[in-house]
Amino acid sequence: MTTIAPVASRRRRTDRAMRGVLLVCTLLALVPLVFVVYYLLEQGLGALSWSFFTSDPSGRFLGDPGGVRSAIIGTVLIVGLASLLAVPLGIGIALYLVEYGKASRFAHVVRYFVDVMTGVPSIVFGLFIYIVLVLSGIGGNFAGWKGSIALALLMLPVVSRSAEVVLTLVPDSLRESALALGSPRWRVVAKVVLPTAMPGLVTGSLLAIARGAGETAPLLFTAFAVNSTTWNLGNQMNSLPIQIFNDVRQAQSNIVERAWGAALTLVLMILALTLLARLIQRRSRIA
Amino acid sequence: MSSQPKEARVSAEPNEQSAASPVATHVPAPADRAGAREVRTVAPTVAIQDLHAYYGDQHAVRGVSLTYAANEVTAMIGPSGCGKSTLVRCINRMHEEIVGARAEGTVTIDDADLYDNDVDPVSVRRTIGMVFQKPNPFPTMSIFDNVAAGLRLTGRRGDVKDRVETSLRGAGLWDEVKDRLARPGMGLSGGQQQRLCIARTIAVEPDVIIMDEPCSALDPVATLRIEELIDELKRDYTIIIVTHNMQQAARVADKTAFMLTGELVEFTDTRTIFTNPSDTRTEEYVTGKFG
Amino acid sequence: MEAATIQHGGRPDTGRPPPSRLPDRLLRWGLTGIAAGVLVLIGYFFIRLYLESRPVFSAYGIIDFVLTDAWIPSKDRFGALPLIVGTLITSGIALLIGVPVAVASALYVTELAPVRIRQPLIILVELLAAVPSVVYGLWGVFVLIPKLKPAEQWVSDSFSFLPFVGGTVAGPNYFIAGLILAIMILPIVAAISREVMATVPVEQKEAALALGATRWEMIRMAVLPYSRAGISGAAMLGLGRAIGETIAATLVIGNAPQIADSIFGQGYTLAAVIANEFGEAAATPTHRAALIAAGLVLFVLTLVINFVARYFVNRSQRAMTRSVPTGMAG
Repeated sequence: MTTIAPVASRRRRTDRAMRGVLLVCTLLALVPLVFVVYYLLEQGLGALSWSFFTSDPSGRFLGDPGGVRSAIIGTVLIVGLASLLAVPLGIGIALYLVEYGKASRFAHVVRYFVDVMTGVPSIVFGLFIYIVLVLSGIGGNFAGWKGSIALALLMLPVVSRSAEVVLTLVPDSLRESALALGSPRWRVVAKVVLPTAMPGLVTGSLLAIARGAGETAPLLFTAFAVNSTTWNLGNQMNSLPIQIFNDVRQAQSNIVERAWGAALTLVLMILALTLLARLIQRRSRIA
Repeated sequence: MSSQPKEARVSAEPNEQSAASPVATHVPAPADRAGAREVRTVAPTVAIQDLHAYYGDQHAVRGVSLTYAANEVTAMIGPSGCGKSTLVRCINRMHEEIVGARAEGTVTIDDADLYDNDVDPVSVRRTIGMVFQKPNPFPTMSIFDNVAAGLRLTGRRGDVKDRVETSLRGAGLWDEVKDRLARPGMGLSGGQQQRLCIARTIAVEPDVIIMDEPCSALDPVATLRIEELIDELKRDYTIIIVTHNMQQAARVADKTAFMLTGELVEFTDTRTIFTNPSDTRTEEYVTGKFG
Repeated sequence: MEAATIQHGGRPDTGRPPPSRLPDRLLRWGLTGIAAGVLVLIGYFFIRLYLESRPVFSAYGIIDFVLTDAWIPSKDRFGALPLIVGTLITSGIALLIGVPVAVASALYVTELAPVRIRQPLIILVELLAAVPSVVYGLWGVFVLIPKLKPAEQWVSDSFSFLPFVGGTVAGPNYFIAGLILAIMILPIVAAISREVMATVPVEQKEAALALGATRWEMIRMAVLPYSRAGISGAAMLGLGRAIGETIAATLVIGNAPQIADSIFGQGYTLAAVIANEFGEAAATPTHRAALIAAGLVLFVLTLVINFVARYFVNRSQRAMTRSVPTGMAG
């Protein structure tokens, strides 16, 4: 006569306890997110106003500290140029790896170094651009475009890695059928591979741009920062992360308030990019 | 059709006990067997009553009832997708581990209801062992640790060594691995790996063993060894084997159940099902009219 | 393409010129060039950083620069030991806190969570990575430091018998920096752990369950051993991130070039010193060289860590693609 022996209570307790621990850890991981968002809204919403977005930092320690117009414009311009550099180059590297390099030794080395590049600290990129472009005095001293290049270096491996994943997903049968029709490889890439992979490429690039937009360290000694608005990437240029970084270190409450407002603005911009990326991703999945 | 492989089997198995061994149990005379062995341990009867199984909206098993007799080998045959694997996975409650899968109905082992509310699926699986289609030894464990893996869960300490040896002997693997117990289980050949998995299963002393196409990844020689082993194991266990290979069912099973599109079409003595089936669909399937 | 001029099956030659191979070659070599550029770039980085920091290395020697506990820019003395120690302490704290939480959450999401909440949980954890470093710094300075100080002081007083605990808690300190770094590395460690765990074969997990393992026992028996290498790799990548993370650390570590005797003391990190002192150093060649040297140490440190990390992650990925040998004689 078979009876089903119950699981020893010790084992059952351990199982239940460990499930609990794993759940608690998961919730614990989300606690900082909740708190960061809470304080961003609590402290930052109050700072937002029309003049916050339409005036430059005044540079005054007493009285009205001014807004963050120059920082927003600077971030958009610097990140925009960085994207123009990093996205085509990153996708180019991925195209090489997927369409030409494949499993060759050189491709492995490139892939490895692209991976390694994702681990290089952002400040090292900043330092490097400082040495190569600022110290050498090319095109003047500090400039927005130099910040863009530093950011582009940072975004490049991220774009390339995600693009490689997406390009690998393009079925080989598509390529082969196009090649079988006698199209040269470049045409296959341009007319078949890229269009098929486009939504994924856009998603990956947007996420990389979002990551770049929040970076402070590479801009510190490349774009530097000035208070006034400039549209010229050849000049020193303000940006949101630098504005926040500088404001945090001032003890005046109205300047700190501007920092929270700028932080909320920056996070919202990044969130918008991330959401856009996810939307495009979802679209492509349905298609 | 089943007599030819049978001959090959006997000749490949010189040390098998002779055909003279008497049938000493309630086990009905097996279909096509030179000699059944006696029962060493009385294993339980497993009964399924009106079992339904689902994957999300898909109704995979549609109201099957059958009884697996104690110390017998029962084969489940049918074309792929007929629900035979799903059915046996309901017996040890592995089916519900798949996301979105659920089962309804009654499964009893002797008189204990496996789907009773206060029955823990974990303890069900202890009573009903399972061998899978693909040999799946734990890759990071040695041969010894693979067999001991289940034992260690219940915190047995003292007799682990003996039990590992007994189980490996039971699975007919001891002589091949006794000098390299500390080596990784993944280093064995496919057939050895599958016998290692059988050793791992019997080490925890289940009453019933489910085998889900245990030989489908093995070559004929390895398959033969597993089949011999199954014949050996039924002295201690009630065995349910899913197979897509009808010759195999004919070779190893006392009874055979034929399933089609989630329903049980016919369940009877193996010999009957292959020589004189009562349902035309069974007839068509066993004669290879469809697959 | 070679066949373009050959007539097929009696089809008359249309006189169309063969498709040019030039664009193909251009594309191929252009892309190869871009890819090669990455390698050149990393090599160039290294050389330039080295050349620019040479004044410091020739003045102190590499060993002395790394092992001297004296970072006194006003006296033109540069020993990077306090920075390196600070970097290691904060990264160590970050790993100690971040990795277990990240791995646990990855286990929960892949093995335990109801299917419906898996994706939302993943997105929420990923959102942690969307918050910029400077915002974590801001939050750390104005929320974390004041709110945690009483608790830290209590720990410091109650557990002063432990090594590296005790004394007065400084506002910005190693622990706060480590905690913020832990939050920042959590998403990447969790993401890679999830990836690795998702590749544990179903057969392995079913083998454990079929033996009568509980969920947790299944995790211990099948999931963790199988993904151990990948998780180590994930932790190493997290370490690389923590070491290089600049802005948040700069804002909450106190920026004191000393080796504090407690984890609640102020310190400095390699990355923070660069961010913090570069403005003033730009005009003084030795100071600037010392900061670039700090950057070089940081670069080498992260390179080594990333190489090791990639080795682990790649190895576990290779293990995943290796299937069980089948069809061999028993």
